[in-house]
Amino acid sequence: MNWIAIGSVSDVPRRGARCVATPQGKIAVFRTADDKVFAIEDHCPHKGGPLSQGIVHGAAVTCPLHNWVISLETGKALGADEGSVRTIPVRIEGERLFIALEPLASKAA
Amino acid sequence: MSEKLVIIGNGMAPGRMLEHLLEAAPDRYAVTIFNAEPRVNYDRIMLSPVLSGEKEFEEIVIHGDGWYIKHGITLYKGHRIVAIDREARTVTSDHGVAEGYDRLIIATGSVPFIIPVPGKDLPGVLSYRDLDDVNAMLPAAQSRAKAIVIGGGLLGLEAAAGLKERGMDVTVLHVMPTLMERQLDPAAGYLLQKAVEARGIKVMTKANTKAIVGNGKVEGVELMDGTIIPATLVVMAVGIRPNIALAKDAGLEVNRGIVVDDRMQTSDPAIMALGECAEVGGHVYGLVAPLYEMARVAAAGLANGEDRRFVHSDTPTKLKVTGIDLYSLGDFADGDDREEIILRDASAGIYKRVVLQDNRIIGTVLFGETGDGAWFNDLKKKATDISEMRDTLIFGQAFQGGASSDPLAAVAALADDAEICGCNGVCKGKITGAITGKGLTGLDDVRAHTKASASCGSCTGLVEQLLKLTLGEAYNPAAVQPMCGCTSLGHDDVRRLIKAKGLKTIPAIMQELEWKTSCGCAKCRPALNYYLVCDWPDQYADDYQSRFINERVHANIQKDGTYSVVPRMWGGVTSAGELRAIADVVDKFGIPTVKVTGGQRIDMLGIRKEDLPAVWADLGKAGFVSGHAYAKGLRTVKTCVGSDWCRFGTQDSTGLGIRIEKFMWGSWTPAKVKMAVSGCPRNCAEATCKDVGVVCVDSGYEIHFAGAAGLDIKGTEVLGLVKTEDEALEVIVALVQMYREQARYLERIYKWAKRVGTAEIKKQILDDVEKRRAYFERFVFSQKFAQVDPWSERVSGKDKHEFRPLASVGFAEAAE
Repeated sequence: MNWIAIGSVSDVPRRGARCVATPQGKIAVFRTADDKVFAIEDHCPHKGGPLSQGIVHGAAVTCPLHNWVISLETGKALGADEGSVRTIPVRIEGERLFIALEPLASKAA
Repeated sequence: MSEKLVIIGNGMAPGRMLEHLLEAAPDRYAVTIFNAEPRVNYDRIMLSPVLSGEKEFEEIVIHGDGWYIKHGITLYKGHRIVAIDREARTVTSDHGVAEGYDRLIIATGSVPFIIPVPGKDLPGVLSYRDLDDVNAMLPAAQSRAKAIVIGGGLLGLEAAAGLKERGMDVTVLHVMPTLMERQLDPAAGYLLQKAVEARGIKVMTKANTKAIVGNGKVEGVELMDGTIIPATLVVMAVGIRPNIALAKDAGLEVNRGIVVDDRMQTSDPAIMALGECAEVGGHVYGLVAPLYEMARVAAAGLANGEDRRFVHSDTPTKLKVTGIDLYSLGDFADGDDREEIILRDASAGIYKRVVLQDNRIIGTVLFGETGDGAWFNDLKKKATDISEMRDTLIFGQAFQGGASSDPLAAVAALADDAEICGCNGVCKGKITGAITGKGLTGLDDVRAHTKASASCGSCTGLVEQLLKLTLGEAYNPAAVQPMCGCTSLGHDDVRRLIKAKGLKTIPAIMQELEWKTSCGCAKCRPALNYYLVCDWPDQYADDYQSRFINERVHANIQKDGTYSVVPRMWGGVTSAGELRAIADVVDKFGIPTVKVTGGQRIDMLGIRKEDLPAVWADLGKAGFVSGHAYAKGLRTVKTCVGSDWCRFGTQDSTGLGIRIEKFMWGSWTPAKVKMAVSGCPRNCAEATCKDVGVVCVDSGYEIHFAGAAGLDIKGTEVLGLVKTEDEALEVIVALVQMYREQARYLERIYKWAKRVGTAEIKKQILDDVEKRRAYFERFVFSQKFAQVDPWSERVSGKDKHEFRPLASVGFAEAAE
């Protein structure tokens, strides 16, 4: 695992998200109302909508384009829709936020 | 020639009597009503929700002015009858109007009982009987000071709860040891006291009032033991007395009430009496069900219809205080020949007691869970022998005969003649019959056709279950369509409760209204955020995380995740300087598409989110502000060139359009609002398919509204013609404010108007100048907080995080 620091928890608004740019595309980092942090691909399985721009509720986000609801925990679409996005491991050390970019590292090697 | 029917009093009983009479013999009588109150007939049972702020007076009107006109009834408002001349058969009002009659009905209701203590006439001592009392209480309530309610009965507790909801510090004084002792046994009275106290209302029992003290106005109440409790408002709700003075003066036979036989006939064959003033078979009544039965009997007699007689029956008592469930029926005193079955569940706050005599129910008290009230009432009425179900009786109907605990099954098991609506005496069979016979599909239909659930509303759940049972899958309870999966409440209920309970944050709403999810969903959060923005403009901090992305970043998201930007062009008018600035921005940021919109402005599409603040900065320098093309808010005011250029133009339509747009920009609305002003009836600005439109004519400005040209196509309705630009602006602003306050989130004006009715909107916006002015002023107030250009705010650094990535990682390694 290659843990990369991306900032601190307070950089991400509660019930909101920020993006991390990577060579493989954007990763959306979410912070829930109860301060849990999740990271998923910023790409809705439906039509590629930017999930980071959606409304965050509980541990889920609603895509701004067509209202698919994606679980932040599993990356899977909830309700009647089917599909999933890649989840990215997150670690909080004190205030500092890290994400794991193993697939990136292997690609770079 | 039709006979002359004169009615003294315009309460619920004579109102209902007229409905029956008009149905049975519409042309037989020329009807004249004298109402001492200066208004139409309204639902007195619902005064409590008006006092607490859960309802407006308009919502409790039973017969509006139009009803009287439609039926050719003459209504004298604010006329108190001072004399009846039985010889000449005339009545005379305090304003000197005299009217002859062939038949006379006295329905003078009751007067509140005022305890004869010193100080009872001080300003600030009120009774709780009609709308005037409520209106007198409201200013006092606004002071948030201390109030005392004397009387811990039904009326007193409702008044106390209403005043508490309004923010007053309320103490209830009750002379007996427990509350509502006439309807409740001591155990239920105790539970009630705890429930009332849990709402922050102080209760003092065995409190005997000695005097009301104060110098020139109320300052407090002194009890027999010498205690003085300070208060600026004292409400006496210790009981009512039939209002018999007029009948007595006229020489009619009176006792406690005006004595009538079981056909509502007084001692004078030309005169009937009904309602709270009448005494029949030694009883006087205060609850609505028997009064409505009197109305039925009297109407039958007047129409020469069926020979209907009034028969006494017990009426259940229910308390109309949100969150306190209480039901009491019949006789529940202890006695040697009586047995009782009791169920107590202290943790759930439930107490049920059924009193039996010879294996038959004679009385019931339910507290905390009242769903089986109708069933117990039915068993009592039919004097059913309950010995076989004795062991499970107290658990309710669901536990009988192996039936499931499904509430639907319980309703299904009710007999056809089981009473569902106590207020209006409507049985199950009548409701199901009307649903199938008349093809009814919703609660409002049932209310309209049967009156069930149309008075106090406590049987609404039962009626809905009957709809479900009768229609099966076909029943779509639109009236109670929940906002989303997070709540069972509909938009209207949520809006009402936000105001009534003074809820000012999203977490407060979710807590108080028992949201099923911890933080809502993408459907309810934006709706709640809007309701709070609208209702508490000066107090609520907009929650941007509960807004859809477009409103959060003030641009329109596109399918590829880029944004489009539309600056405001007031009234669709632009200039070389503005166009040059737009051209420069397009070049500088490589904006791929520039398009003219349907709302007479320019859209720049395909802008990267990171570039938005810089784009806005450049546009801002040229004087542009956000066009809110992304908002549930005021979008555009489209105009034609009007009298400035056009040879047909009658008024300055461009100028008016710009004025409206400058006045209203920035306001948030339930759904988008698009407007237009056309300078003549040729209507080049297409004002007649807009949410709000103006068509200028020689004589002024024709105001249109409720058009649509999207999913639905609909021409506008005409609200009315006004003479000046100022009036046009005031009317339009008031209309939009009414819509802002009442509509459901995402409901366009035309859908809201269909629901509310054009007539009602005209009444409030055009006819009622005071109301219009109040709407207008509320809009102006809220604009103080809303009219801030969101683009320049963001250029100066607000919400920076929205437009910047948190980090860029992985690129450095790749570059090495």
